[in-house]
Amino acid sequence: MKQPNLEKNETKVKKKSSFVNLMTPQRKISKKVSILLGIFSFVIILVVWSFITYEKIVGSMFVPTPGETFKAMQTMFAAGFWSDIWITVYRVMLGFIIALIVAIPLGILVGAYSPFAALLEPVFSFVRYMPASAFIPLFIFWIGIGESEKVAVIILGSLPQLVLMIANNIRDVEKSLIEVSYTLGTNTFDVLWKIILPKSLPNIMDTIRIVLGWAWTYVIVAEIVGASSGIGFSILQAQRTFQIDSIFVGILTLGIIGLIVDTGLTIINKKLFSWNF
Amino acid sequence: MVESIVVKNVSKSFKTKSGNVQALSDINLGIRDKEFVSILGTSGCGKSTLLRIIGGLETASEGEVLCHDSIVDGPGIDRGMVFQQYSLFPWMSVQKNIEFGLKQKKVERKKREMIAKEYIKLVGLKGFEDLFPKNLSGGMKQRVALARGLANNPEVLLLDEPFGALDMQTREVMQELLLGIWQSSPKTILMVTHDIEEAILLSNRVIIMSSHPGEIKEILDINLGNKRTFETRLTEEFLEYKRIASDVIRVETSKIL
Repeated sequence: MKQPNLEKNETKVKKKSSFVNLMTPQRKISKKVSILLGIFSFVIILVVWSFITYEKIVGSMFVPTPGETFKAMQTMFAAGFWSDIWITVYRVMLGFIIALIVAIPLGILVGAYSPFAALLEPVFSFVRYMPASAFIPLFIFWIGIGESEKVAVIILGSLPQLVLMIANNIRDVEKSLIEVSYTLGTNTFDVLWKIILPKSLPNIMDTIRIVLGWAWTYVIVAEIVGASSGIGFSILQAQRTFQIDSIFVGILTLGIIGLIVDTGLTIINKKLFSWNF
Repeated sequence: MVESIVVKNVSKSFKTKSGNVQALSDINLGIRDKEFVSILGTSGCGKSTLLRIIGGLETASEGEVLCHDSIVDGPGIDRGMVFQQYSLFPWMSVQKNIEFGLKQKKVERKKREMIAKEYIKLVGLKGFEDLFPKNLSGGMKQRVALARGLANNPEVLLLDEPFGALDMQTREVMQELLLGIWQSSPKTILMVTHDIEEAILLSNRVIIMSSHPGEIKEILDINLGNKRTFETRLTEEFLEYKRIASDVIRVETSKIL
């Protein structure tokens, strides 16, 4: 009789330890559990949202039901919401790519060479603290409300961040790697291309991913302030005509695009730089 | 005999907030060709600073270092280095890490692959050529670092507490490995360590340093022959050297405590 009792005890102990495992600080969990938990949080939001709207705890004037939102989405896409999404994506990409073309070399120079850091870092730190959105009235005054104004806002918003963060990525390369490479025959020029850049590339990719997220915010603000197309413009239009469900569609679209792009870039980063993960 | 490295009246002082700190004071040293020399000392005695000055990674406040009669002015391929923290290039496979120096020298591909293979075999990493450093244990990483330093065939190999980060067992295996490599093809090696047994087992000469300021306290010629093995540690002569070195070190340690 004692034998089975013992076994029971053992299984109990095991169960307890797996919960303890999950709640141990900094402990890794399996991919499956992590995906399930991720989905779970979305399910919770959906459940709470459904509950407060279908139970009429909050009126649909303020929060539409998931069903209404879905219907609004169908109508919006039928009415050409795709082209709004496209124009917004286009603006972000154009502005962000221009910012990247300038920021990557500048960030590398600032991070690698102290004179460039002394010259440029104070200016970029200064500009970084001026919100890009505060420049919108000025940009409208200077260049109107055309495409170039939105692109200018995105460039202004992301460029200083990119430069300063890439510079830090470059500085994070361990000194010992640079030193050992000198003893293996690199010169001060080689060291930049053969050691510092390859080592910092995954981190630079990560910086790009993070700042791209911020660029999304700038484009929406620019579109809300002065535009005749785009997701931000759609949201503003919906507000003017009290279509709260359409506002929801606009905001959710932004979230979904952001999630897809972010996940995509994370996967690409891990694939390209498997040595780092 | 030909002197590979000559250290002449080298002093080094650092400026700190509480004034100048003398790290090295009037160091004079000659290392012969194909000699294995260890610098032994307690932490903070400036032994790593001395090695870094010889490596050209730091400059002396006074004096100069000659490597094969030319004044050391910055790091160079004639003085290869292996650090305690491995410092492998994480984006390169084991093979590419070892080939790096040869590639810098513009050795053609076929030849450098062949040389790298040779050193991979020498340090016992056959079968691990295509792995990246993140997949290697500490001991294996240090094997790669050693192979990378050797493959470049420098005049002198400078080792900065190369096995300091390894556990006891791995360290002993690595010491044997280095001993075997040096005995089969002698090379000028200067190693910094705080491990007395390691210094005696591997070296022709052990230089014991004192601290505050870092000075050469004692130089021990280790006459244990050229056919040392792991067993050498257990011989009378070895223990006698250990006793002498320990005494000097103990006096130095108690001074700074």
